[in-house]
Amino acid sequence: MLIATHAMTPNALAEHFDTTRQAVSKHIKVLTECQLLTQDKVGREIYYHFNPLKMKEVDHWLSQFKKHWEDRFNQLDQVLINLNSDKNEK
Amino acid sequence: MNFSVDKENSKIKVEREFAAPVAKVWSAFTESEILDQWWAPEPWKARTKTMDFREGGYWLYAMVGPDGSEHWARADYRSITPLKNYTATDNFCDSNGNPTGTIASAKWVNSFNETEGMTLVTIEIQFEKLADLETHIEMGFKEGITAALENLDALF
Repeated sequence: MLIATHAMTPNALAEHFDTTRQAVSKHIKVLTECQLLTQDKVGREIYYHFNPLKMKEVDHWLSQFKKHWEDRFNQLDQVLINLNSDKNEK
Repeated sequence: MNFSVDKENSKIKVEREFAAPVAKVWSAFTESEILDQWWAPEPWKARTKTMDFREGGYWLYAMVGPDGSEHWARADYRSITPLKNYTATDNFCDSNGNPTGTIASAKWVNSFNETEGMTLVTIEIQFEKLADLETHIEMGFKEGITAALENLDALF
């Protein structure tokens, strides 16, 4: 959330979150790996920016994934009805 | 359907209730003849090559597109408690079941719970890390675009 509004250094983030610099670095590493954060080197400091485009992709994928399951389960409803009627016929 | 995402832990949880007793729903999830009828979302079709539903066994199947294109996947069953739950590891692979290394795997826990003839299915999917989710995003895009184009076709 913080990074969504301004670029920040890991030290500045750690101060905000009452946590260790190491814990923050770990989170940053994961987020950077999936390109949710981008980094900018200014002198000796690295500033991290939130990458809203990537976040959109993730959300887009998640909504598709959700739709996937909805479609799948609607088909299963029908299959279960068919299974029941097969049984009744026997 | 309940659908919740825990981005922090790279986890997705899906819950859905079905108007059938647990034995029926369990069969639908574990017998390939029934899985083939519903596992692939339209317009895709699931086609089983081999199914060995036991701990250590696996299900090898293809998702077949309307143009005949095939995406192969396998689910390796890690633990099975009949009519209660099973866990599996999901991998993309080739038609012989050899995992295609580039795409990450996901771990599944599928639980079944019957109350008064209704069965609640809970599916928890754990991705190894968010970066894995990203490779799935690319796959999802591919399918999404294909589906979107087909919807366009229907308009014309």
